[in-house]
Amino acid sequence: MARMKFLCDAERCIECNGCVTACKNENEVPWGVNRRRVITINDGKPGERSLSVACMHCSDAPCMAVCPVDCFYQTADGIVLHNKDMCIGCGYCFYACPFGAPQFPRNGAFGTRGKMDKCTFCAGGPEPDGSQEEFSKYGRNRIAEGKLPICAEMCSTKALLAGDGEEVANIYRERVIMRGFGSGAWGWGRAYPGQNPG
Amino acid sequence: MLRKKRDGVASGPRLSDSVMETAPRAMDRRTFLKRSGLTAGGLAAAATMTTGRVSRARAAQAKSAPVKTVKTVCTHCSVGCTVIAEVQNGVWTRQQPGFDSPFNLGGHCAKGAAVREHAHGERRLKYPMKLVDGKWKRISWDEAINEIGDKMLEIRKSSGPDSVYWLGSAKHSNEQAYLFRKFYAFWGTNNGDHQARICHSTTVAGVANTWGYGAMTNSYNDIHKSRSMILFGSNPAEAHPVALQHILKAKEENNAALIVCDPRFTRTAAKATEYVRFRPGTDVPLVWGILYHILKNGWEDKAYIRARVWGLDFVKKEVMKWTPEEVERVTGVPGSQLERVARTLANNRPGTLIWCMGGTQHHQGNNNTRAYCILQLALGNIGKSGGGANIFRGHDNVQGATDMCVLSHSLPGYYGLKKGSWKHWCRVWDVDYEWMKGRFASEKLMQSKGIPVSRWIDGVLEKKENIDQPDNLRAMVFWGHAPNSQTRGPEMKKAMEKLDLLVVVDPYPTVSAVMHDRKDGVYLLPASTQYETYGSVTASNRSIQWRDKVVDPLFESLPDHVIMYKFAKKLGFADQMFKHIKVNGEEPLVEDITREFNKGMWTIGYTGQSPERLKAHMKYQHTFDKTTLQAKGGPLDGEYYGLPWPCWGTAQMKHPGTPNLYDPSKPVAKGGLCFRARFGVKAPDAWGGGNLLAEGSWPVGSEIKDGYPEFTMAMLKKLGWDKDLTDAERKVIEAVAGDKTNWKTDLSGGIQRVAIKHGCAPFGNAKARTVVWNFPDPVPIHREPLYTPRRDLLDKYATYEDKKAYRLPTKYASIQKVDYAKDYPLILTSGRLVEYEGGGEETRSNPWLAELQQHMFAEINLADANDLGIRDGEMIWIESPEKSKVLVKAMVTERVGRGVVFMPFHFGGWFEGKNLKDKYPEGTQPYVLGEAANTAMTYGYDSVTQMQETKATLCKVMKA
Repeated sequence: MARMKFLCDAERCIECNGCVTACKNENEVPWGVNRRRVITINDGKPGERSLSVACMHCSDAPCMAVCPVDCFYQTADGIVLHNKDMCIGCGYCFYACPFGAPQFPRNGAFGTRGKMDKCTFCAGGPEPDGSQEEFSKYGRNRIAEGKLPICAEMCSTKALLAGDGEEVANIYRERVIMRGFGSGAWGWGRAYPGQNPG
Repeated sequence: MLRKKRDGVASGPRLSDSVMETAPRAMDRRTFLKRSGLTAGGLAAAATMTTGRVSRARAAQAKSAPVKTVKTVCTHCSVGCTVIAEVQNGVWTRQQPGFDSPFNLGGHCAKGAAVREHAHGERRLKYPMKLVDGKWKRISWDEAINEIGDKMLEIRKSSGPDSVYWLGSAKHSNEQAYLFRKFYAFWGTNNGDHQARICHSTTVAGVANTWGYGAMTNSYNDIHKSRSMILFGSNPAEAHPVALQHILKAKEENNAALIVCDPRFTRTAAKATEYVRFRPGTDVPLVWGILYHILKNGWEDKAYIRARVWGLDFVKKEVMKWTPEEVERVTGVPGSQLERVARTLANNRPGTLIWCMGGTQHHQGNNNTRAYCILQLALGNIGKSGGGANIFRGHDNVQGATDMCVLSHSLPGYYGLKKGSWKHWCRVWDVDYEWMKGRFASEKLMQSKGIPVSRWIDGVLEKKENIDQPDNLRAMVFWGHAPNSQTRGPEMKKAMEKLDLLVVVDPYPTVSAVMHDRKDGVYLLPASTQYETYGSVTASNRSIQWRDKVVDPLFESLPDHVIMYKFAKKLGFADQMFKHIKVNGEEPLVEDITREFNKGMWTIGYTGQSPERLKAHMKYQHTFDKTTLQAKGGPLDGEYYGLPWPCWGTAQMKHPGTPNLYDPSKPVAKGGLCFRARFGVKAPDAWGGGNLLAEGSWPVGSEIKDGYPEFTMAMLKKLGWDKDLTDAERKVIEAVAGDKTNWKTDLSGGIQRVAIKHGCAPFGNAKARTVVWNFPDPVPIHREPLYTPRRDLLDKYATYEDKKAYRLPTKYASIQKVDYAKDYPLILTSGRLVEYEGGGEETRSNPWLAELQQHMFAEINLADANDLGIRDGEMIWIESPEKSKVLVKAMVTERVGRGVVFMPFHFGGWFEGKNLKDKYPEGTQPYVLGEAANTAMTYGYDSVTQMQETKATLCKVMKA
């Protein structure tokens, strides 16, 4: 059985935000809600690194563990999804998530949080696959169409990989072999501080 | 640098503002939704919805409607990424990755992944409008064309055709660009131009004058083979993000060094193995500082230089003056670092050299571009796979529009403006030369360079007696051009206000609609985007791709070539202009236009790329190798993707295109080449009179085993090769000019065909020249920026004397001699952001992109900020020595060095602290407005091409 995973290669990510707009365009994510974000650290300084971050679809997902109404579920492929009809917008998953993935639209006059929204690995929600209702609540269901998440498919430098963890690992392993030496996803600088792969 | 709003509520216009009237005629997305009955709640509700739900409503669509897939090409940068559009009921609903494209392999940056929004166009200009008593009024197309046409004809009568300026666009397809160039020739002026003037004009002039053609020599994909990469003033991580896919591949797989030379520590620099920070405007000293070590240590490629390079000894004299100490004094880069860079380049060949606007946009830009070329020639890196001068062009079709010469100094194919050039094109157009001459004010003006776009404001404001044409410019047509991409904002405003007539043809109103205080005489005509029409587009690597039409024109917009036809008809030359182009209704047939330029563009080999061949390349994209770009098997076996020019001869000759220029390791018939014999066979006596032809180097399979001049009919006869011509070819050649007919003017393609049959390059086989004796500085030398902070360097490195160029007086020394640095101590430079492009009107009107960059800002170094008492996020004024000023947000960062301030140039809609939001026609304001960086940019124009100086001026920063 496939186990769906993302991997973002910091040697490759250039913060072009292609993944961000691809996600918005495909899933019609409203202004202000960001299922995917590119984070840059040491901005403008040597050691600058960018990484694209969304829900990581944890195997033992903390959001699922803490949800008071138990609105989360995990697909057989390991994708963590939730049911917006059940969600009460309490934000407890936001506390629990190690990645800041849950998003809360502001659609009320007093800043009420609304239903939680997050990356679905382009796998929709509990409604029938490809239905209008699923689309309007969760966005596209590319997985049901036999496609992978749009963010990774459109990544400009192929930094962001998505799919069955085993396949992702194989692609990444091949890449590491091609590089010739051991820079991990976090980059050479992390493995051997102060050195550049020359 | 990249300021991201994380909580999402825009301070500017909101998405909900966008819910507005829909045009009655054309079907837009919402009309479609209505018809499909899918709006769930109806349109009326949409107006009251909050931001999020509007998007949702927009998204609703017919799941059941059949999906049509269309292949097109992104309209942003010059990488040429394939876009796969899904269309339902005539509405563009989704984008899929184009994995088959060898250029992007499915990848997109933020802009490419969001192009669908352009074809939804909520903020587009929806119908023709004119300004009446300061208010926008909707008018019909007929009214617009008639009123504008009448006014132009009146100006033509009283002031001559040169008083109307036709400003074209790098956003046009090749067919539209060609038609536009033809259009202003038929109007009777050379006063036409486009963005290339202010982007890579110094490249084209510098590079073409060094080795023959002014284009990127290799391709993005060919970088896979590089063993080193050095970038000057180029930040592809933001300007050409998908290019990084290829650059990083070389870095990772070849362990290739990536050396980034830039005043800013850019996103690209963050991926570099070596970062060189230098003072803006000191490229020549920097390059000479590297070449110094190469020549001193004998690391140059001596055999290559002997065979293929002329004049390096003259350059060496200049280079050896640039000792490490002097280089450090001028550029700020330590000698030890440049020695390491030189050693890396010498030890890792082939290496590629990449440059962009950071190198070109200077008043001595042509010196910079030639210096880069010389560095590569010394290393023997040109004409080699993995090497090359990989000049990344900016817009999606700026290469094509340049090739079509939407410029003030040449006819299509870089034929120039001489009598012979006009006669060539008159033959192609099948019009009488005398008739054409009669369209112009005089034969002299027909053959003299027009005013370049960088100087149009002076064409309006300069005293009439100082301009080399009958009258000032009185009408200005902005046909796909953002005025905020040009310097000297306050003067531009004045010029706009002085004009009799201002016409904007664009999918968006652009800053041209709002920056002036006119009350009338302004027309806005809605043009369609390239997704609403079809045609060819040339990527930076000279490959030509064919776009299919995704959707019908939105609202009342029309494709540019239709608008051109309307104007030609009104102005009275449509019959002549469209003699051999079929017109359906009012739409000229795109394929006929392609075929027409195929008939004339022999100089650069735009002759073999017929519409049929180009369409086949798009269809069989998947058969091309992702590194060499060559098709392996399949119906296009052996051809190179997009038939990169020169694709010699006629389409029937089936030349495969030239993947890397000047590469003699392949036969010419298979895409090989040598350097072009463009500058004669012998150097001028003042420069030693040496042999300019290649010595002991020729493309594989050449029957002439030495250098040779360019081919003419006389030369064919001398070689006895004229017997290979067919009778038909011979007849055409005789009709053109008999023995004097050459490879550029032979309309049959026979001379090219025969030369190539014998393994020869039609343009000759010469050496590259490192000394351009006809330029102001034959050997590139350093000249300090006009507004320099280093007064101490002026005794050695002063600028030029004032002079006249392109019909206008041009200032150099008279600016530099005044000391502005006392009051304006900081260097001001500019550049790109990944989310936006050009003047930004289109991208700032795209909600997905606008959300990511909501505020205009300026980067200022931490130390400078602390000295001035400015804190991150505060509003500041930036004032230039010409007293123009902008109000922007401070971004305190170490990305810029001490003493340097940087601004992105994509913003507009504010002017010197004033928000111009209310001046846009209702519903067309971009989501994000901000000060245009170029408002505060100053005077300064390249000594050869009139490129504007935007990369090195001075400023002072004040707390607002």
